[in-house]
Amino acid sequence: MTLVLDSVTLTYPDGDRRLTALDDVSLHVPAGTVTAVVGPSGSGKSSLLAVAATLITPDTGTITIGGTSTTGLNRAVLARLRRRHVGIVFQQANLLPALTAAEQLRVVARLDGRRGGADLQAEAGLAEVGLAELAHRRPHQLSGGQRQRVNIARALVNRPAVLLVDEPTSALDRASGAAIIDLLTARTREHGVATVLVTHDRAHLDGVDQVVELVDGQIAVRVSRAE
Amino acid sequence: MFVGWRELWFARGRFGLLVGVVALITVLVGLLSGLTGGLAGRNTSAVLGLGGDHVVFAGEDAQFGGSGLDESTAREWAAVAGVRRVEPLAVSMGKVEAGGRSAGVAVFASPGSEVVLSRGAAAELGVRDGATVTVGDLTAVARVSTEDDYFSHAPVVRVPLPPGSRFSVLILSTSDSDVAAADQRLGTKTETVSDALERIGSFAAENGSLRLMRGFLFAISALVVGAFFTVWTIQRSNDIAVLKALGASTPYLLRDALGQAAVLLALGTTTGTALAAVVGAALPSTVPFVLDLPTLAFPAAVLVGLGLVGAALAIHRITTVDPLTALGSAR
Ligand SMILES: Nc1ncnc2c1ncn2[C@@H]1O[C@H](COP(=O)(O)OP(=O)(O)OP(=O)(O)O)[C@@H](O)[C@H]1O
Ligand SMILES: [Mg+2]
Repeated sequence: MTLVLDSVTLTYPDGDRRLTALDDVSLHVPAGTVTAVVGPSGSGKSSLLAVAATLITPDTGTITIGGTSTTGLNRAVLARLRRRHVGIVFQQANLLPALTAAEQLRVVARLDGRRGGADLQAEAGLAEVGLAELAHRRPHQLSGGQRQRVNIARALVNRPAVLLVDEPTSALDRASGAAIIDLLTARTREHGVATVLVTHDRAHLDGVDQVVELVDGQIAVRVSRAE
Repeated sequence: MFVGWRELWFARGRFGLLVGVVALITVLVGLLSGLTGGLAGRNTSAVLGLGGDHVVFAGEDAQFGGSGLDESTAREWAAVAGVRRVEPLAVSMGKVEAGGRSAGVAVFASPGSEVVLSRGAAAELGVRDGATVTVGDLTAVARVSTEDDYFSHAPVVRVPLPPGSRFSVLILSTSDSDVAAADQRLGTKTETVSDALERIGSFAAENGSLRLMRGFLFAISALVVGAFFTVWTIQRSNDIAVLKALGASTPYLLRDALGQAAVLLALGTTTGTALAAVVGAALPSTVPFVLDLPTLAFPAAVLVGLGLVGAALAIHRITTVDPLTALGSAR
């Protein structure tokens, strides 16, 4: 499934004026490809992800996930859409402290009211990110890189159509950061996911299919890598 | 409660503390309830055992005791439509003596010929059935009742009411009588038996203050549970944001949190009730204490109910957590 943002404008209240965080942004992310979003701090990268994740409704413009427009859907329907079709990897590994690595994945199925098969799915998901042996550890018993891997496995466990990743390597050293990016790229191709990766590290741009640079909420540079 | 159970176990120290507090409050409330019941029995059991459904007092402010009524009033009341039985009763606090020992008692005088000692009075005098006792200027052979009647903390002795004498109250058995109209006409004040208990001075005062204490404990426990869940919900608001971003619906999260509260309250009140029952059973029999299931289970149920209300108000803030806060560290 493809992720399409069409002429999206988002403003935040800023005193008695409004601050434009995204200014007429259009983006087309085909299935099985990675689009990297770069740009200075405050340029609107996280806002772009939040809009794509349906966590914020833009002022104008539309978001289409796999051909379905999200415009006008109510909160419960959006929550279901996120459960089933959107995977989010947070800037910091936002794992739930009370759950083991395997349970972090199982909870996603539970939120959708499913029990059967969730255990096997969780096991397979952790194996994919190379953490099969650490399935019973809680977040405080994992390293930063391992946590980020669990985070990615959790975002992928429901086989989402869209994967949104916000600076997944900001808390990691270069080598483990590169490993995380490789992992994301591999999973994107393998599962045919439309992935948006926000990053500040230009070294991560080698394997991606499209690079978009945001400046002041506008797309300043767009580079597509033809295969 | 997939997340709820795991959080309970993960934060078992914190939750254990709350269970302990709820258990201690339940013990206090349980003991207070048992004591309230016991003291109420020491005040009211004789009046409750009189039979009848209404009590006629001499006037608006009359209590049990005094001699405000006479036979003519009794006759008038007997003639009121729907009144099936009228029994005069004179109540006074006095002394009963036997074999050199004496005991303070409540003297209940009503038409009849027997002197009857309640079990408590007989025990204080150390006499058995058939003993000769003196009550005021009456000396007679007494029967010992199987009932343990008390009035205003004194054991009851029943004596005959001499014909023609004045008395304190009338005990009525009625069916569909217009007692208010009859009161108006006869200048009396009639209460149902349960309302009449409030006119036993010691009962009204004790019961009032014990109930007040219990009420405060109920309120305190609701506040404690509410405060705990307020802090707990704030502490994990980032987790809640993550779950919402993952697609958890708000009703799911509310159910999860309320489920946690229910588990904690059930654990706390069960432990507390069990402890209160153990303490109650260990009390010497001279302490007036009612130890039965309704007396202990009712306050526990109230504690659970109020605790859930407190928790519900606290976890309500889950609805306002913005899933956006899970994304990025800037916000
Ligand atoms: N909730 C909000 N209310 C008001 N203004 C906001 C809010 N969130 C973000 N902004 C503003 O919108 C702009 C874009 O913010 P955003 O978080 O998208 O930037 P970013 O590119 O992710 O920055 P960084 O690289 O520092 O994470 C910034 O100027 C920010 O101050
Ligand atoms: Mg950001």
